[in-house]
Amino acid sequence: MKTTAKLLSYIALGLTVVPSFYVFAGSITWQTHAGLMLGGTLLWFVSAPIWMKKD
Amino acid sequence: MQSTSRITERLDALYEFDREPVPENKLLGPSNFIGVYAGEHVAGTEYVIGPLFVAHGVAAADLIVGLLLGNLLAVLSWAFIAAPIAVKTRLNLYWQLRKIAGPKLTFVYNIVNALMFCFLAGSMISVSATAVGLPFNMAMPGLNDMYPNSIGWVVVVLLVGAVVTALAILGFERLSHFGKVAAPWMFLVFVASAIAVLPTLGVNSFGDFWRVANERIWTGVPEAGQSKFTFWHVVFFSWFCNMAMHIGLSDMTLLRYARKWQYGFLSAFGMYVGHFTAWIASGILCAAALRNFAPGPIAYLGAGISGAICVLVAGWTTANPTLYRAGLALQTATPDWKRWKVTLAAGIVTTLAALFPALMMKLLDFVALYGLILMPMGAVVFTDFWILPRLGMNSNIAEIRRLAINWPAAVAWALSLLICFLLPVEIFFKGLPGWFVCVVLYVGGSWLVQRRLSPARVAREDTLEVPGIGRSAQ
Repeated sequence: MKTTAKLLSYIALGLTVVPSFYVFAGSITWQTHAGLMLGGTLLWFVSAPIWMKKD
Repeated sequence: MQSTSRITERLDALYEFDREPVPENKLLGPSNFIGVYAGEHVAGTEYVIGPLFVAHGVAAADLIVGLLLGNLLAVLSWAFIAAPIAVKTRLNLYWQLRKIAGPKLTFVYNIVNALMFCFLAGSMISVSATAVGLPFNMAMPGLNDMYPNSIGWVVVVLLVGAVVTALAILGFERLSHFGKVAAPWMFLVFVASAIAVLPTLGVNSFGDFWRVANERIWTGVPEAGQSKFTFWHVVFFSWFCNMAMHIGLSDMTLLRYARKWQYGFLSAFGMYVGHFTAWIASGILCAAALRNFAPGPIAYLGAGISGAICVLVAGWTTANPTLYRAGLALQTATPDWKRWKVTLAAGIVTTLAALFPALMMKLLDFVALYGLILMPMGAVVFTDFWILPRLGMNSNIAEIRRLAINWPAAVAWALSLLICFLLPVEIFFKGLPGWFVCVVLYVGGSWLVQRRLSPARVAREDTLEVPGIGRSAQ
């Protein structure tokens, strides 16, 4: 469970940051970047609390 | 009723270690400090500070080199000033100060400290409000707005303040965890937003960046009504924007949990992630937003809804620990109050302060003032801990002699601040000479007071059973 959640979290961070480089390169539109980033945001907040430990 | 009582007991139990040195089994490893520093310094206010550098006409080279140097000085201050005392005493600043300055002076310091923290948290609530107001087409405050500019602003700030305060009361621990969870994502939103808007500024390859940075972002020309910032402004601001935390020793509260004093160097994760990368990113966003200075709209411009969420979360998660610190400061002044009452009082003051956009738009000046006012007591503790024993004088004289006020500390604080305010330099540059002035004043005052006591008397009093740190507060 934790491993899956961790994997999803890394994908979420990828969705947050990688599309911006494609916008920069002119490969995708700003709207696509914003949509993907929103998907990454939701995925991060669902998956990260599962594996990030509480102190 | 029973559940309310359980919540109250749980909240009080959270802070039971505040008044005693941290025990060995509660010490924390380095990853905790990396997380806390990286999280705390990627805050909602980063969306304000980066644009304010743009507004003050900082040149690109001055910004980059100034931030590198200023943040290095801040890290060294954490490592060599705050961390060693925190690790040796294992106390937070408030209880250490009580031993040195006496309960009455500590009371005054704590009230001032709590108010400063409230204002700081208030600016973070203002930042969050600019994101919440986006879908309602709320009129955003401008760079020169001092007072609330619309009914919508007042309503949104009151709403955000009420929610932040209520959640801080109901579940500080869970919110603190949420802040840690959000930190890596927040940082990437900052970076991604800035990269995504670069083409709108005319940056089509990384080779274009430096030219555009000089011509369109950090042009060296201040906005109308703003003073011009130089390299030295950037160095001193980035060094002293957390002056209360490192040189002022507020971060003893955090670093007392460190296994080693070297953990102070871990503040670099906060400085170079937050106060370097995030300030640069938000400056780029501000330029792309045609010099709009409201955090919500500029974040939306870079990342859409995620950007607005980021501003909201960044403001909220950093207002929360700041409210906690304000609560800690007030706790020593109001030892009979329950934690929730203290947090509620701090939350009300914070929300009222957040109504004034000046707090956000003049954040650079406020942050400098906040550090300056609290810094002298850090100098007093530093001097008392390291210098007085080497000069043959007693440390912790208020505890030894059961003084309500240690007058040399009070005079050093007041007089050094007076001298700082009289110095004919901008507020960003007053802290450094002020620290040395305070050290000299405290050494001189302590020498005058302690020479009147015979060594035998001090030694005899030193061996008397003194009240515990917690009890001396009563």
